[in-house]
Amino acid sequence: MLDAHPSSPSTTPSTEAPPIVTFEGVTKRYPGIIANDSIDMEFRAGEVHVLLGENGAGKSTLVSMLSGLQQPDDGRILIDGVEKPISSPAEALDIGISTVFQHSMLVPSLTLVENATLGRKWWQRPDRSGTAKAMQDAAKRIGVTLDPMAVTGDLSLGERQQAEITRALMRGARFLILDEATAMLTPNDAARLGELMRRLAAEGMAVVFITHKLNEAVAYGDRISVLRLGKKVGGLSPEDLKSLDAQEATNQVVRLMFGTRDTTASADQKPDMSTVDRGAKPSLEVLALYADAARVPLSNLEFKVWPGEILGIAGIDGNGQKQLAAALAGQAPISDGRIVLDGAYIDRLSIGQRRAKGLRYVTDDRLGEGTVGGFPMSINLLLKEIGRMPYWRGGLEQPEAIRENARQKVKDFDIRTPSIDTPVGKLSGGNIQKVLLARELSGSARVVIFEKPTYGLDLANISATQMRIRETAQNGAAVILISTELDELLSLSHRIAVMDQGGIAGIVENTEDARHKIGELMSGVEK
Amino acid sequence: MSADTMTDTAQTGNLQRKLHAISNTLLMSLGPVAAAFVLSGVILLILDVNPFSYYGYVFGRGLLSPTGVQATLTRMGPLLLIAASLIVAFRAGIWNLGGDAQFLVGAVFCAAFTPLMAPHVPVWIGLLAGAAISAIFGALWTLVPAFLRAYQGLNEIITTLMMNFLGISLASVLVKLVFLDPNTTVPQTRTLAVEDRLPTLFGTTISSGLIIGLVAILAVHFMMTKTAFGLRLRVVGGNASAAVHAGLAVPLLTVAVFAISGALAGLSGGVAILGQYGNVRADWNPGYSLAVVPLVFLARFNGFAAIGFVGLFSIMSIGAESAARRTGVPNYFTLVTIGILLVMLAISEYYGAKRQKAGA
Repeated sequence: MLDAHPSSPSTTPSTEAPPIVTFEGVTKRYPGIIANDSIDMEFRAGEVHVLLGENGAGKSTLVSMLSGLQQPDDGRILIDGVEKPISSPAEALDIGISTVFQHSMLVPSLTLVENATLGRKWWQRPDRSGTAKAMQDAAKRIGVTLDPMAVTGDLSLGERQQAEITRALMRGARFLILDEATAMLTPNDAARLGELMRRLAAEGMAVVFITHKLNEAVAYGDRISVLRLGKKVGGLSPEDLKSLDAQEATNQVVRLMFGTRDTTASADQKPDMSTVDRGAKPSLEVLALYADAARVPLSNLEFKVWPGEILGIAGIDGNGQKQLAAALAGQAPISDGRIVLDGAYIDRLSIGQRRAKGLRYVTDDRLGEGTVGGFPMSINLLLKEIGRMPYWRGGLEQPEAIRENARQKVKDFDIRTPSIDTPVGKLSGGNIQKVLLARELSGSARVVIFEKPTYGLDLANISATQMRIRETAQNGAAVILISTELDELLSLSHRIAVMDQGGIAGIVENTEDARHKIGELMSGVEK
Repeated sequence: MSADTMTDTAQTGNLQRKLHAISNTLLMSLGPVAAAFVLSGVILLILDVNPFSYYGYVFGRGLLSPTGVQATLTRMGPLLLIAASLIVAFRAGIWNLGGDAQFLVGAVFCAAFTPLMAPHVPVWIGLLAGAAISAIFGALWTLVPAFLRAYQGLNEIITTLMMNFLGISLASVLVKLVFLDPNTTVPQTRTLAVEDRLPTLFGTTISSGLIIGLVAILAVHFMMTKTAFGLRLRVVGGNASAAVHAGLAVPLLTVAVFAISGALAGLSGGVAILGQYGNVRADWNPGYSLAVVPLVFLARFNGFAAIGFVGLFSIMSIGAESAARRTGVPNYFTLVTIGILLVMLAISEYYGAKRQKAGA
C-alpha cells in the first residue's frame, strides 16, 4: 500500500482530528459477489475523503452502509470511537450523516424554505421566516448565496445541490456524503462545489466525496482511498497529497485503480504472438463507426482484428466500451460506418444472423441480460438456440437432447451446479460465467467479444476464464477483450486500444512500455 | 467420474424434492382458498346471514343440483377461454387486462353476422365462421396496445384498461345503432336460432363450448411449456433484456402475444353467443376477464390448476345467483369472496417468498 511505503515516511506527527466514523473489516456480500471485502477506513472531521473506483468497485455499497440503507455482514462500524450500528437512514441523520446524491432530492414545485421545513411533524406550523433566516445564516457560514424564497425548480442543479448541503447543515450534519455529486454538473458548477467542499472541511466537517474523475479527486481531496473489486487497494494520505504535484498524484491513482503489480513479473505472462497471422485477412474490421447512444455516443471507431489475435480494449469504465460491444453484437443501432466480418458486411444483419456468422458476445451483465435467472441452467445454455435441431424438432422440445447437452457442458466447462435443472440465478457468479462461456464458445466462433469477463469472480475462476480466452484465440478466432483490469489486458492481449469518451484515444502494441503508454492515454496526457 | 455420481445422487433426491414441491404448491394454492371461505363466512355473520346455509345454497345449486351443474359447466367454456387468453399473456410478461372489451367486441361482431349467415350455410360452417369472426375482432381490439407496447414501450396495463372503456362503449353503441334487430323493440342484435347454435353434450343442456374451452387451455399450457415458440415467449416474460441479447424479435413476439391473447378472449365472447345467449343485448357486460385474473394468479399460470379454479368460480357464481334469491345476499358476494381470496393469495406469496429466503 502506498500509505505504508517506506520511501515516503510521514514526517509530520499525526495532529489530525479523531475519526467520526471508522470501518473495521467491514464486509458486505450479495449473492455470488463480495461487494465490500473487509474494508478498513477512517473518516475524519475536517477532511475531504475521496473514494475512487470503477463501477462495481464497491463504492455505492460502502455509501449505503454509511447512510444506514444497508447493514454489513461482517466487521465493525465505530461512531466517535464507539461501536454502533447505523441501522436506518433516520439513525444516520441522528448521528449527523447526510447524503447528497447526483440527482436532487428536493421537491421542485416548493420553495427552498418549504423544502427545508418538510421534515417537521405534521401538526407543527412551518415557521417560514424563521427557517429562511436560519437557512441564510447557514449559507453565509459556508460562503453560499441563495434565495430561500426561490422555487426549487427554477434553480440550476448546482444551486440545488448547494441548497441541499445548506439544509443538511441546518439539520446539524457533521458528516456529508457527496455521492457522485459532480457527475451531472457543468464544469463551472463542479468547480464551485469543489470549493464548497474545501470550506466545509475547514469548518470541521467530514466530507466523503465519491467520483469517477481523477482530476477532481486530486484537486479537492485531503485523502484518497481507491477501491477495486470490493477491496481497498490503497490510497494517498494527506502527506502524500501535499508532497506530490497533481500529475504525480494522478499517476499514482491510475496505478492503484488499474493494478500495481511488479511490471517485470508479468513478462512470462506475455501473450503468445505465434497465434496471430497478420498476413491473413482480418476477421473483423470496424470502419468509421458512429452510434448515437444516449450517454456515451460512439464516434469514428476504426480498428481491425486478425484471426488468433486478442485486441484489448482499455479505458475507465463508462467510456463507450459497453456501447461498442452492443453495436458490434447488433443489440444497439449504429448511425454510420460499417462492420465487416470475414469480408462480408454484417452491420445490417440481426443479432441472430450475426451469431450464425460466428460473432459471439460474452456479456458482463450476466444476470441482467446474459441469462434468465429463474430458468433452469440447461435451458439457459440454449437460450440463443431456441427452436434449433436437435434440441427442438418441429418446434417441440426434446428434453433428452437438452439434458444431454447440459451434462456435456457441465463436464467440459467444469460448471459446479447441484443439478442441470437448477435455476441459473442460484449459481455463484463464477458458475454463471461458465454457463455463458459454454454457450458462446461452442460451435464455430469467428469473433468473440468478452466484456469484463473476470469481473466479480474469484481467483480460480479468473484464471479459468483467462485460459478460455487464450484458447479461443489459439483456435483461430479473433478476440475483443474489454476490461478495466490493466494487468489482465497486458497479460492476454496482443494489442490494446484505449477508449475515451466514446472514441479510441490510441492503439498500442503490447510491448515493454505498453503499460506506460496506456496510462498516459487513459489519464489524458497524450491528446 | 465425479460428474456422473453427482447427477445420480441428484436424481434420487429429485423425486423427494418433487413430492415436496407438489405438496408445497397445493398448500400455497388451497390454503388461501380455505382462508377466504372462512373470512367470507365472518362477513356473512356480520350481515346476519348464516354462512353455512349460504354456502349450502351456493354449492347445493352450483354443484349438486342437476340443472345447476349443467349451468356451471356451460359457463366454464367462456371462462376457460378467458383463462387461456390470460395465461398466454401473463407468462410472456404482458399484463393484458383488456379482456372484457376483447370479449365483448368479439361477441358483438359474432352476434351481428352469424344469424345473418346461418340460414344460408350448413350449421358447422356458420359456427366456424362465427367463431373466426369473434377471434379476429378480439385480436384486432388489442392492436393499439400491442403496437404501443412493442414499438413505444408504453405500459400495456394502462392502455388495455383504457381500451376496455372504449370497447365496452363501442359494443353497446354498435348494438343500439348498427346491429339492431329490426323485429324487436328491445335494443339487441338478431338472435341465432337454437338449432344453429353449438350442440349440447350427451343430451344435457351443457354447451359444447366447455370442450372448446378445455381444448384451448390445454393447448395453451402445452404451447407455453413444451414448444420453442412458448419458450421464446417465456424468455421475453422472464427477462426482456435477455431476450434482446439472445436475438429474439421481441417487438414481433409482443404483437403475437397480444394477438393470440385477444383472439382467445374474443373467441370466448363468440362461444358465449354461439353456445348460450344467441344474441347480445345493449349494455351487456358479464365482466368475465377481470374476474378470471385472480383465478389465473391463484393457478400460478398453470393450465391444469386454472381448470380447477375456473370450475370453483363457476360453481360459486351460478350458486350465488340462487342463494341471492333465498338469503337476500346479492350475487356480487362471489366477488367479495374472490377479492378476499386475492388478498389471501398476496399474503401467502409474501410468506412463501420470506420462507424461501430463510430456507436458502
